[in-house]
Amino acid sequence: MTPDGASSRRGVGPNLLLAWPALALFVLFVGPLVVILAVSLFRRVQSAFFEPAVVLDNYARALEPFYLERLWVTVAIASGAALVCLVIGLPFTYLLARLPRRRQVKYLVLVLASLSLSEVIVAFSWSLMLSRTSGASNALVWLGLLPSPQAWSPGLAAVLLALVFIALPLTVLTFYPPVSRLNPELVEAAATLGASPLRAFMTVVVPVLRRAVAGGLALVFIFVLGAYVIPQSLGRPAQWTLPVQITDQAILKSNLPLAAALAVVLLAAGAAVSIAILAFGLKRQRSEA
Amino acid sequence: MRVWWRRAFMGLVALYLLLPIVVIAGVSLNAKKVLFFPPQGVSLRWYEEFFTSSDWSAPAVRSLIVAVLAGLIAVSIALPLAYAVWRWGTRWARAVMLLGLAPFALPPVVTALGALVLWIVLRSFGQPYSVVLSHGVFLVTLPLATITLGFASLNREVVEAAVTMGATPGTVARTVVWPNLRPYVLAGYIFAFVLSLNEYIIAYMTVGFTFETLPVKIFNSLRYGYSPVMAAISLLFFLVATALFAVVGRVGDLPRLLGAEARSD
Repeated sequence: MTPDGASSRRGVGPNLLLAWPALALFVLFVGPLVVILAVSLFRRVQSAFFEPAVVLDNYARALEPFYLERLWVTVAIASGAALVCLVIGLPFTYLLARLPRRRQVKYLVLVLASLSLSEVIVAFSWSLMLSRTSGASNALVWLGLLPSPQAWSPGLAAVLLALVFIALPLTVLTFYPPVSRLNPELVEAAATLGASPLRAFMTVVVPVLRRAVAGGLALVFIFVLGAYVIPQSLGRPAQWTLPVQITDQAILKSNLPLAAALAVVLLAAGAAVSIAILAFGLKRQRSEA
Repeated sequence: MRVWWRRAFMGLVALYLLLPIVVIAGVSLNAKKVLFFPPQGVSLRWYEEFFTSSDWSAPAVRSLIVAVLAGLIAVSIALPLAYAVWRWGTRWARAVMLLGLAPFALPPVVTALGALVLWIVLRSFGQPYSVVLSHGVFLVTLPLATITLGFASLNREVVEAAVTMGATPGTVARTVVWPNLRPYVLAGYIFAFVLSLNEYIIAYMTVGFTFETLPVKIFNSLRYGYSPVMAAISLLFFLVATALFAVVGRVGDLPRLLGAEARSD
C-alpha cells in the first residue's frame, strides 16, 4: 500500500472498524436501558408479557411504602458493604502494590480467582460456614467460646459478610492502578518528616488518591446494590433487597412493567448516591489543593 | 519498621478470601450425602458424579459453550474499538469507548432485566445465542481495559519507524503490534471467559428455563436440597479460574495487565 492509501484510510478506517463495536453496544447495552424505560410505562397483560401504553401505575406501585422500605434497606446494605470494602480494600491494595513482584502476582491471582467465583458458589459456601451443623460456630464451641453451635445464616451478618466477599476483589482491582502508580517518594518524604506509616497513609496517600477512591467506591456501591443471589439466599425477608423484588416480579410473577419501574427506581437511587460519592471526592480534593 | 502487622493484615484478608474454598473443598469429600465440615469419611464419589451424571455435565458443557463464545464476542468488540481509539482517537471513537466501559457501572440485576426485556422485544427470548451476546457485551469492559493498556504500552516511534522503512500496514500489525498486544488480548479474553462461566443473574433471566447453565443449575438445586456434588463443582471451578489466571501471570506481566506501571524489579 502507498502512503496515499494511508491518508484515505483515515476517512473510512475508523468508521468501518467501529461499525461492529458501535452496533453491538448500541443494541445490547443502550437498547436494554431504553426498553426498560419504555416497558416501565407499559401495561401488564395476562396473556402476553405486556402491551404498549403510557401509564404511571407501575411507578405508583414502585413508590408504595413497601417498595420504598425495600429501597432503603437496599441502599443501607450496599452502603455498609461498600464502606467495609473501602476500609479493608484500600490499605490492602496499598500494601499489595508495595510487595515484591513475585508475591504480588500470587495475591493478584487469588484476588482474580475470588472475583470470578460465582455469586451462587459464594452464597453456598457462606451458608455452609454460618450454618449450625458445619459452620464456624462449631469451631468456637470447640475452643470453649460458645456453649452450643448456632446458625448465623440467614441474617444480616451473613448477607454483609458474603457481599463484602464478592465486592472486595472488585474493590482491590479498581484501586490497584492508581495505588500502584502512586509516587513512593511522597510516602518517603512523610516518613522522613517523622510521620508513622499509618499517619503517612491517612494524611498523604488517602488525600492524593481521593478522587480515584471515590470513583472506585461508587463502582463497588453500584455492584453491591444490584446483587440478587446473596440477599435472596442468605437474607431473611427483612434483608430482601430491591433486586430480589425485581427478579421476583420479572420471573415468578411475570409482571415485567412493575419490575422495569422498580429497576428505574433502583438506577435513580444508585445514580444519586454515586454522584454524591463522586462530588465528595472532588470537593475534598479541591480544598486540599 | 513494623512488618508483622502488615503481614498479619494481608494474611487475614487472604484467609477471608480462601476460607470459602477450604470449606467447599472439605465438604466435597464427605463420604455420605451430607454437608459436614470437617468431612466425615473421605471419598471422591461427588467428583465422579459430576463427570458421569448428565444432570451436571450437560449444564457444565452449556456454560463452557456460552463462555467460550461470549469471550470471543467481547474481544471482537474490544479489539477494533481500542485500536480505533489508539490509532485515530476521534471523538466518535472515544464516545463508543465510553459506552464500552459503562456496562460495569450498572447494577447487575438491571443489566439482567434489560437483557430479558430486550430479547422479548426482539422475539428471541430463551434462545441460547441471546445469553452469549448479552454476556459478550456485559463483559466487554474487561478486554477493553486490558487491550487499551496494551496499546498504551506500544511505542509509537517503533511503529512509525517500521512504516518509514516500508513495512505495509499488514506487516506492521503482524510483526510489531500483535506480539506486544497478545498477552493483553489473551488476558482480556480469559477474564471475560471466566466471569461468563460463573455469571448467574443474566443467564437466569435470559435462558434460565431453556438453556440451563451451571450456576443456574447449582442455584436451582440449592432450593431442593444440598448435595456435596455442588461443593465438588465449585472447587473445580475455582481451580480452573486459578489455573487460568496463574497462566496469565506466567506468560504476561500480571501487575501491568491490571494497570500498574512498568517496574524495574
